[in-house]
Amino acid sequence: MQVRFFELAVGAFVLLGIGALFYLAVQVSNVTDYHDRDTYTVTGYFDNIGGLKTRAPVTVSGVRIGRVADIRYDPERFRAEVTLAIRSEHDYLPMDTQAAIHTAGLLGEQYVALEPGGDTETLQDSDEVMFTQSALVLENLIGRFMTNMGSD
Amino acid sequence: MTDAIASVGRATINALVVFGRAFVFLMRVLASLDIVLRRFGLTLAEVYSVGVRSLLIIIVSGLFVGMVLAYQGYITLVNFGAAEALGGVVALSLVRELGPVVTALLFAGRAGSALTAELGLMKTTEQLSAMEMMAVNPYRRTFAPRFVAGFLSMPLLAAIFSAVGVMGGYLVGVGLLGVDSGAYFSQMQSVTDWNEDVLSGVIKSVVFGFVVTWIAVFQGFNAQPTSEGISRATTQTVVVASLAVLGLDFILTGLMFGAG
Amino acid sequence: MADPAVEDSPHIVIENLRFRRGRKVIFDDLSMRIPRGQVTTVMGPSGSGKTTLLRLVGGQLRPDKGRIWVDGQEVAKLSTRRLYALRKRMGMLFQSGALLTDLSVFENVAFPLREHTDLPEDVLHALVLLKLEAVGLRAARDLDPASLSGGMARRVALARAIALDPGLILYDEPFAGLDPITMGQIVSLIRRTNQSLGLTSVLVSHDVTEAMAISDQVVLIADGRVVDAGPPDELEARASDWSAQFLQGRPDGPVPFHYPGASYRDDLLGQGEHRDD
Repeated sequence: MQVRFFELAVGAFVLLGIGALFYLAVQVSNVTDYHDRDTYTVTGYFDNIGGLKTRAPVTVSGVRIGRVADIRYDPERFRAEVTLAIRSEHDYLPMDTQAAIHTAGLLGEQYVALEPGGDTETLQDSDEVMFTQSALVLENLIGRFMTNMGSD
Repeated sequence: MTDAIASVGRATINALVVFGRAFVFLMRVLASLDIVLRRFGLTLAEVYSVGVRSLLIIIVSGLFVGMVLAYQGYITLVNFGAAEALGGVVALSLVRELGPVVTALLFAGRAGSALTAELGLMKTTEQLSAMEMMAVNPYRRTFAPRFVAGFLSMPLLAAIFSAVGVMGGYLVGVGLLGVDSGAYFSQMQSVTDWNEDVLSGVIKSVVFGFVVTWIAVFQGFNAQPTSEGISRATTQTVVVASLAVLGLDFILTGLMFGAG
Repeated sequence: MADPAVEDSPHIVIENLRFRRGRKVIFDDLSMRIPRGQVTTVMGPSGSGKTTLLRLVGGQLRPDKGRIWVDGQEVAKLSTRRLYALRKRMGMLFQSGALLTDLSVFENVAFPLREHTDLPEDVLHALVLLKLEAVGLRAARDLDPASLSGGMARRVALARAIALDPGLILYDEPFAGLDPITMGQIVSLIRRTNQSLGLTSVLVSHDVTEAMAISDQVVLIADGRVVDAGPPDELEARASDWSAQFLQGRPDGPVPFHYPGASYRDDLLGQGEHRDD
């Protein structure tokens, strides 16, 4: 009957629409990265975070193992507090790992690159990364370059 | 000189009157929404005529837009040696802007004008009056189901448009122009954020659906009950709805992507 | 001041009605009484607001001044719920039938039953067939309204109007634009439904011959007021100049043939030099 046909067509239409949304979620966007399947958090304090944004990747040797969960300013230490969410399976990072803020390409987005140290103990949840390297700020570079030039 | 000012003033007052009437109409429709749940069959039939029937034009347009995006994107990116970023360019353009906006414009043209014409005709042939005299509230039986149907169909259509567009972009970018297929999708995924990009596109299409359907249904309701009146109302639906979509897009984009 | 709902009391009472649309005054101090159980026709020239009168009676419009009672209830003062309850006891036949285009003939007649009653499907089916049979269109029940002729559409609309067995039916120009045979069908239907269902029928029309033939009462309206009222034969007998011109369809009389303006001579000669003849 007519009602049956409508129901069928509308049902198919809605399914198609939801399917499209699904496709957009899975194939097109990074929603899969959202599932904070178990992560543990580690904090680092930086003098200058440059253009680092939350959700920026956290990598070790270029392989992404987590993301920046939160960025705040600590008025007691006068430094930026960056919270890193690292996937639980990567629990081998030594206590003396260094966190540096790098730029992808020349003018790309910034991310946190971890350089493992040699300590036998590993970073656990709520630990602090002791060694940090701030982002390179273009103005400082230019300033340094110009002073160097001037001193010649 | 004063005539010109007077006519501008008059036009403004008229516009305000119409807007007020449209607003009252909207309130009445929203008040009648409970009927949607109780007599779902009415809404279902409307979703079919408004949503399902628009599928063809949306899918075809989405495909073409995606393909053109890939073409144009490639031509520009290749100059910077950044052809691999094509996937991201196509996806972001579609999901953030072209999906919601082009779908809304097409919807206004196809489904919106059909709604206006249908309701205008019902008004002209006194069907709405007859319903009132039979103690049936036309807001519940006629306007509310159509309103809900449009409002629900739009986001779905926009998602389908974007998804098909991405596939079209793949066909041209990877199939025709030689972009690496892995790079197409991986670049896309790293650049397209679910929250910021996809969801804000969905929010846009929901807002557009609301506004376009409101305009279409109101214009039909408000049309002069003559054949000339109906044709004028139908044209106005397309024009006003299109302008509203573009204007809202500007505002929403500023809100969503500017501050964030 | 409400009339008690007694058998003899008029079905509709209109008192000192004043209604304006924009700047045009449509009714100015109009008063009339529509008796129960009879066929009353309200007649007048085009534009005299006859359809507006029906809308006022049905509560779709509110009078600027004056009052309208239907069945003892003042229409303009009713709450939405009570107004809807009143409308369920009224049927209205629109000029073009006003059938819902997305429903079949059967579904159109079933519409009021489905909306306002909880009748089981088989009872509803039988009722609809009954109403369609009364107007002679039972076999047309599966047709689409778009494929009906004007006369058939009106008959279906009549079946729909009597679906809930109302006590009052309002007809908006029921005879307009019909061929003689269909006209005859409508005329006899109106008369028959009135008799058999004991209805009050109010017609609004300017088809003098038909209206005079079937009405028990005729009310003539012009310039927003009642010009004359009474049974058809009385009306014809005592017709004033204007009524006579209207009832007999004379092209000229108190309502002039020529649209008022300058004289013919002045118009013809006025543009060139004035010629002395």
